[in-house]
Amino acid sequence: MNFRILSPALLVAAVTAFGPVPARAADTTIAQQLAHWSAQAGAPGNAARGQSFFGNKHAGEWSCASCHGTPPTGTGKHASTGKAIDPLAPAFNPRAFTDAARVEKWFRRNCKDVLARECSAAEKADVLAYLAGLK
Amino acid sequence: MNAFPIRALLAASLGLVPMVAALADGGRAMPIRVPPAYTQECASCHVAYPPGMLPARSWQRVMSGLERHYGADASLDATTVQQLDAWLQARAGTYKRVSEEPPQDRITRSAWFERKHRKVEPTVWQLPSVKSAANCASCHAGADQGRFDDDKLRMPDGLTPRQLRAWVD
Repeated sequence: MNFRILSPALLVAAVTAFGPVPARAADTTIAQQLAHWSAQAGAPGNAARGQSFFGNKHAGEWSCASCHGTPPTGTGKHASTGKAIDPLAPAFNPRAFTDAARVEKWFRRNCKDVLARECSAAEKADVLAYLAGLK
Repeated sequence: MNAFPIRALLAASLGLVPMVAALADGGRAMPIRVPPAYTQECASCHVAYPPGMLPARSWQRVMSGLERHYGADASLDATTVQQLDAWLQARAGTYKRVSEEPPQDRITRSAWFERKHRKVEPTVWQLPSVKSAANCASCHAGADQGRFDDDKLRMPDGLTPRQLRAWVD
């Protein structure tokens, strides 16, 4: 069943084509994200509002907590596939919110899953304030 | 199960087809070399399904509709979509029944999948520890590494005594 008939030359070619595993960008922190979205919103993120937003299904099928858990300090579980999800709160996962492109991508995807639209700057600031405060 | 690779190897050794033919077809095993983006982007939400589990046309449709991906938004930048689409299609399944396009391009609706899981009762798929037929890893302990052989199975939590006995059979 397994293909073990790769020639060394092909293997080298394949490795070259895909390149080494990229290191994570580590180009941001949750504090920077919070400051950025608070500035965009024109008001500081509010943790209590963020907590409520995080657990709200917003008239849809899922809330943020459906996959990330309540509170999101432990391993989450994908609501449809059951796949384990690393803790979202940075105090419990040093890799959380350290890659700006990744943060942007998951806000975009998951806000559409939960709200059927992208999140506003104020909503992002609130959620970030909530997550940053979880210790 | 080994018919294709052996034939391919024989053909290759006779110089009839280039060795790359062995790479192009999918048996259902995971290719040795997987693009990091596949693991990073696709395996965040589900097991990294081996490309050989769907035919090329199905992968093409899956990759052109990531904004509405089985109930979730899995949208990606165009460059990554193109890279992964090419990789998936080059290694898509052509082996026996995998070449049939399953309903909704779901691996779990494929004839070969249903046949292999025909003894699994409907209630087992609905267990909290399983949730979905797409959650391969709940029973296939090696799924994250692309291994689905029967001798690496583990029992999901919550089976009834009768189902436990059936498992052993």
